[in-house]
Amino acid sequence: MLNLLIVLVVILAVVALASVVRVFELGADLRGHDPSAVTESDNRTQSTILVFAGICYMAYVFYQIFWGPEVLPVAASVHGVKTDFLLNLTWAIILPVFFITHILLIYFGYKYFHRSDRKSDFFAHSTKLEAVWTIVPTIVLSSLIVYGLSTWQEITGPTPEETMVIELYSKQFDWTARYAGDDNRLGPSGYRLIEGGNTLGVDLTDAASNDDKVVRGEFHLPVGKPVLFKFHSRDVIHSAYMPHFRTQMNCVPGMTTQFHFVPTMTTAEMRVETGNPEFDYLLLCNKICGAAHNNMQMNIIVESEADFNAWLAGQKTLAEQLSKPVESEIKPQQAEVLEASTETPNGI
Amino acid sequence: MADHTEHVHHAHHGKPDFWTHYVFSQDHKMISKQFLVTAMIMGVVGMMMSVFFRLQLGWPGQSFAILETFLGKWAPDGVLDPNMYLALVTIHGTIMVFMVLTGGLSGTFANLLIPLQIGARDMASGFLNMLSFWFFLGSSVIMLASLFVETGPASGGWTIYPPLSALPQAIPGSGLGMTLWLVSMTLFIVSSLLGGINYIVTIINLRTKGMSMDRMPLTTWALFITAILGLLSFPVLLSAALLLVFDRSFGTSFYLSDIFISGQALEHTGGSPILFQHLFWFLGHPEVYIVLLPALGITSEVVSTMSRKPIFGYKAMVGSMLAIAFLSMIVWGHHMFVTGMNPFLGSVFTFTTLLVAIPSAVKVFNYLTTLWKGNIVYSPAMLFAIGLVSTFITGGLTGIILGDSALDINIHDTYFVVGHFHIVMGASAIFGMFSGVYHWFPKMYGRMMNKNLGYAHFWITITSMYGVFFPMHFLGLAGIPRRYYDNTAFPIFDGLQDINEMISLFAILGACAQAIFFFNFIYSIYRGPRASQNPWHSNALEWTTPVNPGHGNWPGAIPTVYRWAYDYSRPDKDVDFIPQNVPPTADEKEIH
Ligand code: HEM
Ligand SMILES: [Cu+2]
Ligand SMILES: [Cu+2]
Repeated sequence: MLNLLIVLVVILAVVALASVVRVFELGADLRGHDPSAVTESDNRTQSTILVFAGICYMAYVFYQIFWGPEVLPVAASVHGVKTDFLLNLTWAIILPVFFITHILLIYFGYKYFHRSDRKSDFFAHSTKLEAVWTIVPTIVLSSLIVYGLSTWQEITGPTPEETMVIELYSKQFDWTARYAGDDNRLGPSGYRLIEGGNTLGVDLTDAASNDDKVVRGEFHLPVGKPVLFKFHSRDVIHSAYMPHFRTQMNCVPGMTTQFHFVPTMTTAEMRVETGNPEFDYLLLCNKICGAAHNNMQMNIIVESEADFNAWLAGQKTLAEQLSKPVESEIKPQQAEVLEASTETPNGI
Repeated sequence: MADHTEHVHHAHHGKPDFWTHYVFSQDHKMISKQFLVTAMIMGVVGMMMSVFFRLQLGWPGQSFAILETFLGKWAPDGVLDPNMYLALVTIHGTIMVFMVLTGGLSGTFANLLIPLQIGARDMASGFLNMLSFWFFLGSSVIMLASLFVETGPASGGWTIYPPLSALPQAIPGSGLGMTLWLVSMTLFIVSSLLGGINYIVTIINLRTKGMSMDRMPLTTWALFITAILGLLSFPVLLSAALLLVFDRSFGTSFYLSDIFISGQALEHTGGSPILFQHLFWFLGHPEVYIVLLPALGITSEVVSTMSRKPIFGYKAMVGSMLAIAFLSMIVWGHHMFVTGMNPFLGSVFTFTTLLVAIPSAVKVFNYLTTLWKGNIVYSPAMLFAIGLVSTFITGGLTGIILGDSALDINIHDTYFVVGHFHIVMGASAIFGMFSGVYHWFPKMYGRMMNKNLGYAHFWITITSMYGVFFPMHFLGLAGIPRRYYDNTAFPIFDGLQDINEMISLFAILGACAQAIFFFNFIYSIYRGPRASQNPWHSNALEWTTPVNPGHGNWPGAIPTVYRWAYDYSRPDKDVDFIPQNVPPTADEKEIH
């Protein structure tokens, strides 16, 4: 019933609109105007609205620019501070371009609206002008490219020695972290070894696996120490996104990806910084992965090295967690899989 | 659609009846209208979908009767189902990018304008042209049909990355829904290849006497370059899709490896999901320009005509389009900076990506210079053209941020991206399309659209467009990922909910504004004031045909061309425009 009413109202509105339009057009006809011709007064009105709307738009952008830094969280990693600087530098270049071009667009649009006593200036070509606006953007962009690429190189450069290795393992719809333990070597793993509690498919027969520690729900990082993440996925592509650390890397089934960074602020410091006593660093999934993509998260706690060591020491090793007796043999075809998945392709 | 009286028919055409005239027409002008109307219907569907999922994003978990009315079991108690949310986003993106802005934009204007602007009686092959439309229609119908599949339509995003799109265990939409998506896309690619070949051949071979390449209107240039770009890149998407079909149905492992899902290890080994992304984006990025270039071509024509001034830097405009088209084929990797790609390769893609900004900047400055000291007539088409210049600037500039690999790490796949591409590609291309419809409506239907409704349509549309998409940049900077059903699982995003609400309100306003356009369009077809032969005082050849050109376009001989299309307000002449078919006077020299 309600739907029928809505349909009726819509039909009535359309009919009413049609009649109004008709009346206006007939009126114009009677007065001898062509109702579709764009008149001087249209030009004046539209160019005036252009100025008004243009100013509103620029004010709107201006307002959001100032509001912008508030939404971008404080960078809590060494490289994040650098990319934020690069971001600000880029804003500093593109915002003036934005405002200048828009002001010109609006100013020309207003100044030169059509008047029948004027004629346009026939100006079809100017090599000099065109050269200027090819060369100037080229220079500006080149410097941005050079600066951007040097930052990119620092971020993606070789991992420093003595970096702690952590595996982040994704599946629909949760994360698991695995610490490499005292040997700082992650035991090899493969999807065919997934069984029961061994959800990461770690090869328990390998010596490197025994001291690995697997944690869920939240994981901890020591402040000021480089960490190297190795990313895996067992089903579809996920993406490990840690916005406060300016870090993101896809987790792709069948290959290992990696990213390293140095966190600079503890969770406690960040709680003070943000004024939010509940604040926690987050790991989110940022690649569409299914129905619960929007709730695939893990908390990250950054703390002093001492606190971190204490926390890690309190975690059980894999061998302890999976108290099942360790198998001693692996089938040949499994060994192959293991080899394939433990090397680190760069995945071109 | 009245008044098709003075048809000039080729010998082999009999008397037109309803079927050959409206349905199996081989007349490029009718095919153009068929494309336009199909695209408009698809546009309404795509837009309704965006309103549906914006309801969920603005007011997460709230019940809306309208959702249940339209979506039935996918919105129990009026709350959108998460899988359906992803499906709506996916089909919305697919419909908008392919059906509306590729098929719709190129199909409508390439068909309408190429023969008319170059002085040809029709496309090189009317039959292929008809087939192109029928494949397009088939593809659209199948895409719509996939909405009614039991397990839901494709829901892996319009980029259909495997393994998600390959495994029905991963998401129900990857079952039959995904199969239909792939079938629809295959038909679509065939359609666009048939169309593209035809456009290219027509432009190369059927130009009238005097219509050298450097006298062609920029619209035709744009459509020409677009067709070449499509011809080079769409086949790659087709092969990507076929390999995906093999992986899905025949047990191959092009894209799949090491997968453990639903409690079981799959047999696929050795494939790489990343391979798909390379193939997809090899089309996917040029696709951005396949939708954008025709819009830029339309704007060039409209800006020049309505400013009563030659387009500034004609050669630079052509050159920059060629440069953009070329560069667009070597930047695809900027969509993959965080896939674990070799960092060196990432640097190369950053480099090529940022270079695209140079020809884009040239275009913007040339538009601005065309307006400078012009005599601007504010038709609705001109307003949309000015709107396009604004969106192209705004969206182009944020592209400089995204193209920088070091910055993309943090904002890749966030709402920053959604804001960016909707402005630079969605809004720009849609504005170009609206501009074209308002401008060439008299050529299509012999009547004028109502200008006041056009003005209202423009101002509400651009307001709501910036209202929707500009704030998304900041949601992205705050860290909100895209393709999220809601953000309620993350208290840190709570403070941004009112922005989401505002965006949704603007989205509803923008959708309502389109009703004005549809009303105007349909009303004007039947009741609009009759058009004069050359209502905008344009130089281009399409306006030398009768108001309602028949099949064959010119009743007599095809006009000969003596000059470029932009002789507006020449200082040595009193009139402010000189159509291309007007011979030069003895003392006149060709300037451009
Ligand atoms: C009616 C106005 C529109 C609104 C309100 C709107 C809004 C949205 C929103 C909110 C998303 C979801 C973002 C996400 O969760 O990832 C989206 C996705 C998308 N939209 Fe639109 N949109 C509109 C028009 C358009 C147009 C004209 C295009 C043409 C380019 C377009 C292309 C896309 C694409 C390609 C996606 C991505 C789909 C995906 O993630 O797979 N949209 N849109
Ligand atoms: Cu995920
Ligand atoms: Cu791209």
